[in-house]
Amino acid sequence: MDDTRDAELEMRMVAVPSPAVPSRISPARSRRLHAMDRRFRWLTGGLAFLVLLLLVGVALSLFLRGWEAFHHFGFAFFWSDAWDPVTENFGALVPIYGTLVSSLTALLIAVPISFGIALFISELAPEWLRQPIGSAIELLAGIPSIIFGMWGLFVFAPVLGSAEPWLNDHLGALPGIGALFRGPPMGIGMLTAGIILAIMVIPFISAIMRDVFLVVPAMLKESAYGLGATTWEVARHVVLPYTRTAVVGGVFLGLGRALGETMAVTFVIGNAHDLHISLLDAGNSIAAALANEFAEAFSPMYKSALMALGFILFIITFVVLVLAKLMLWRLGQGQGKVGL
Amino acid sequence: MNTAKNARYLRRRFWNVFNLGMAMATTLFGLFWLVWILWTTLSYGATALNMELFTGDTPAPGSIGGLRNAFVGSLLMIGVAVMIGTPVGILAGTYLAEFAQGSRLAAVIRFFNDILLSAPSIVIGLFIYAVVVVPMGSFSGLAGALSLAILLLPVVLRTTDEMLGMVPGTMREAALALGAPHWKMIVQVSYRAARSGILTGVLLAVARISGETAPLLFTALSNQFFSTNLDKPIANVPVVIFQFAMSPYPEWQHLAWAGALIAAMAVLVLSLVSRFLIKDRSPR
Repeated sequence: MDDTRDAELEMRMVAVPSPAVPSRISPARSRRLHAMDRRFRWLTGGLAFLVLLLLVGVALSLFLRGWEAFHHFGFAFFWSDAWDPVTENFGALVPIYGTLVSSLTALLIAVPISFGIALFISELAPEWLRQPIGSAIELLAGIPSIIFGMWGLFVFAPVLGSAEPWLNDHLGALPGIGALFRGPPMGIGMLTAGIILAIMVIPFISAIMRDVFLVVPAMLKESAYGLGATTWEVARHVVLPYTRTAVVGGVFLGLGRALGETMAVTFVIGNAHDLHISLLDAGNSIAAALANEFAEAFSPMYKSALMALGFILFIITFVVLVLAKLMLWRLGQGQGKVGL
Repeated sequence: MNTAKNARYLRRRFWNVFNLGMAMATTLFGLFWLVWILWTTLSYGATALNMELFTGDTPAPGSIGGLRNAFVGSLLMIGVAVMIGTPVGILAGTYLAEFAQGSRLAAVIRFFNDILLSAPSIVIGLFIYAVVVVPMGSFSGLAGALSLAILLLPVVLRTTDEMLGMVPGTMREAALALGAPHWKMIVQVSYRAARSGILTGVLLAVARISGETAPLLFTALSNQFFSTNLDKPIANVPVVIFQFAMSPYPEWQHLAWAGALIAAMAVLVLSLVSRFLIKDRSPR
């Protein structure tokens, strides 16, 4: 079908005697066609501009709706750990802390694993295995986040819960970081959220790392091999330094995902507005607080405090994503486009 | 001297094998989660699958029912979101690729489009709550569809831009040299050449929004009953899954797993089809 239509187009093109074309179009028709051109250009340009308007609109509307809370609590909103809908005393510290800690836990787990996966796909795996493994890992990125949440709550949390007494006894006994691992072995809490977030961002980070590893010029790698370097030494001392900025950019992009992830976290973080050092304790994240409480928040101040949380989340992710894009863009400059 | 050199060589070889072994292990580790999660969804979901799922509506606690109203609501909202988001995304992408190619403005819009693409979906839900739900005075299916459209838009825009960018300039020049106006050249030459790529982008975008829960929580809300009225709260698969999974009733949890299985299947089939389309295009 495609081919016949293309052929038709070709025939039509051939059939037009070329010198006759200019004279066939009357000035009026030519003006009309040009007006159409202008209108089309304005239409598409306006819609492209809509993207910028949307971002500004999101930031502005959240800020205005959250203004009541920002104004009422002042800067104390950021470091108050209060969250009491009855007395209408709200502070953002617990959700901000939970968002940052669960996301950083996720990165601590996800970055080395993603690096390993990217290294395996780009340097080690035989040609025929690269595509299937890459696709399988990307499949993980396509699973709806609510399924991660259900799996986390019903399947993974009990498993982790049974391992947590061990964490208490061993890691909890360590000085310093031990405090992170002492807590109730419920299987629900920031550690669970962090692990599930890690599984969710691994496909993103590893895909970007793989893409940037593949742009390293073969000549650089071969020179190192020629000097007798091992595969690991090439990866560590040639590939990684060459792609460092973009790798960090990819990690930031993963961080952006983790910070805003809602459903998976809502299921497993515990939704407790208390500040705990321990990763095993229940906590809360901005996104989880919004998902749980927004539809049921009836007083204006409660709604406004939640909107203010949304605004804070938007600003944090915006900054992280801008940094990520800038870092990825720097490698992309001379090296052709880098995926995502 | 010789043994020292030998030890160094052995150490390097050891670290090489060890680290590469770790790389292989991490890959298996990643695949392990994929298999575990898919297996869980399949085994929990399959036991809850039956015809009632598609014929009955969401039940009261303790009675049996299905998810018909949720499926219909989701399809309606996704349909409306596609009808709104696709033309906007395609036209905006057209501007970047055909009119503003290489300009500073295009670079800025591309940059912020990528930010919008990765922005937390729950924040988009809040935005729609503030600008649609509050003025309308009620949660509604339309608000849900609009928030999905905003999530769909940047994906379509980006793929349209990229796919049009791959259309050879000579094809455009041929059309322009024949006296075709610019818009006609775009519609009849560029779009036709990039058609399957743009379609892939739309499919990927639909795959993305069909599992989205967070933005629907306070835009479409949910509805216990069958409804096709987009002015009012409407049932949809993700929010029903969320409510039922968090509930203490086993019947509801079973339904949640069945819904999760079907949502996951839909997303996976969509991404497989779009992958297939990409493959199909590349040799041509």
